[in-house]
Amino acid sequence: MTTTTRPHPTRRLILQGAASVALLGLGNLPLAPARAAANDKYPEEAFRQKSEADAIKSLYGKTAEPSDKVKLDAPEIAENGGVVPISVTTTLDKVTSISLFVAENPNALAASYRIPDGTIPAVANRLKMARTTKLTAIVEADGKLYSATKEVKVTVGGCGG
Amino acid sequence: MKARSVLLLGSLGAALIAFALASPGVIAADMVDPVADAKAFQNFFFQKFPNVKHEDFVNGPYSMNEDMKRQWQEKEEFPPYEFALEAGKEMFSTPFKNGKTYADCFPNGGIGIRQNYPYFDTGEGKVITLELALNRCREANGEAPYSYVKDEMASLTAYMAYTSRGKPMEIKIPDDPRALAAFENGKRYFYTRRGQMNFSCASCHVQSPGERIRAETLAPALGILNAMPIYRSEWSGMGTTSRRFVTCNSQTRAVPLEPQSDEYRDVEYFLSYVANGLPISGPGARP
Amino acid sequence: MASSIRVRATSSGDITEVQALIQHPMDTGLVKDSKGELIPAHFIQQLRFECNGKDVFVADWGTAVSKDPYVKFSFKGAKKGDEIKISWTDNKGGSDTTTAKIA
Repeated sequence: MTTTTRPHPTRRLILQGAASVALLGLGNLPLAPARAAANDKYPEEAFRQKSEADAIKSLYGKTAEPSDKVKLDAPEIAENGGVVPISVTTTLDKVTSISLFVAENPNALAASYRIPDGTIPAVANRLKMARTTKLTAIVEADGKLYSATKEVKVTVGGCGG
Repeated sequence: MKARSVLLLGSLGAALIAFALASPGVIAADMVDPVADAKAFQNFFFQKFPNVKHEDFVNGPYSMNEDMKRQWQEKEEFPPYEFALEAGKEMFSTPFKNGKTYADCFPNGGIGIRQNYPYFDTGEGKVITLELALNRCREANGEAPYSYVKDEMASLTAYMAYTSRGKPMEIKIPDDPRALAAFENGKRYFYTRRGQMNFSCASCHVQSPGERIRAETLAPALGILNAMPIYRSEWSGMGTTSRRFVTCNSQTRAVPLEPQSDEYRDVEYFLSYVANGLPISGPGARP
Repeated sequence: MASSIRVRATSSGDITEVQALIQHPMDTGLVKDSKGELIPAHFIQQLRFECNGKDVFVADWGTAVSKDPYVKFSFKGAKKGDEIKISWTDNKGGSDTTTAKIA
């Protein structure tokens, strides 16, 4: 390949901009923002867990039961494991969070979304998948956990160079 | 598989022969006839994929597979080339140090003209691609040329393609033997097998579109350049027509040419001409 | 300067649909560069959407979220012209903020 790896100048500017905003932010804000509630913290431990079971335990401290009220939409064969469109919707009431776990990834927890009052319990995003995997969506509703799973086939990417 | 390939090649050959025979008797079989070639080329795809709408071929592998098409449509809600497109728009309107802009180098200020590229320059006797014209514009205005394969060049062409979206490809072959020779040379390059794997461009993109080669679904050759430049998930970024040609060669383990070498320009001329009438869909998103 | 955040927020009746795309490498820390050296993990950890002084959606992300992340959700209680504030922070202390009017 004769391509260069030089970053896009515009992008570099954006990143520098982001960094300087970050510095300003650190200077102006107390370490714990005033509104930070217990559930406002980034769940670092849960993201570090390797297995799906450990990640669920770390994030929620309980287990989920399968429910047909959780609808998980994902392709059967991912066109590219790096960008897999996934969406979750539910008809459950009193939903407070929706989380996605990719069992075969190095760390199972991919994303966790907090759903405040007044927000529709549904989310669409794009995730990376290392290989063919079980995908689990967990919806936390009224303090209980409900899940849906789906298998997504991921073919190994690339053809030669 | 082998029998099938032979059959496919046979049917393409038959189509070409049929058109050659159907043409007025004065045209000898070995004469260059781009009009007949384009018609045969398009009909081959239209007949091979009777359920694909003609204007859909410009969406590459997504025209071949429903599940992939759905994933693509979801991505198109907020497409990954959005940042490149915006950067391209800004770059396009930003003056060079001498105060001139890209608009000064192109007909209609560069807006809505992508479907006319590449064109054959009768003065120079060569094919001029959009990427080449952009770098020549930069150099004429005292600016350093960009890499042909990605980054700024992809952003600029993304913006220019976007202003031409939906316009039918409209490549002209002037009455000049050198233009016909360029078309013929591009066609020859496209159909010639090369590299360790002994593949031609046509092996994948004429014989086998819609089929998988390892993990990837092959795009039809018809309209493949109408979507350029593209954001490929595999690249995690944008790439130009030049990049597409280079990677095609290296993936079949052939030696890639220099971007914008005569052969690549001629292939672009051939592939664009045979897609005449199909809409510009770039910038595109691909797996 | 161009923001790293693109937002589309459209209201229909009482429901506002929000889509956002953020320019970020989302490096996993597991991929090597062309010199064979590991590219350190660099990813957005938290993305927050606020409207009328209240959180309407908070995303906690790991490295499995795709490069240039995308998210879509909907919420009730806002109207056309209201402002949404979007902000993210990443694991290296980077951050960005922008606002968008609901259309």
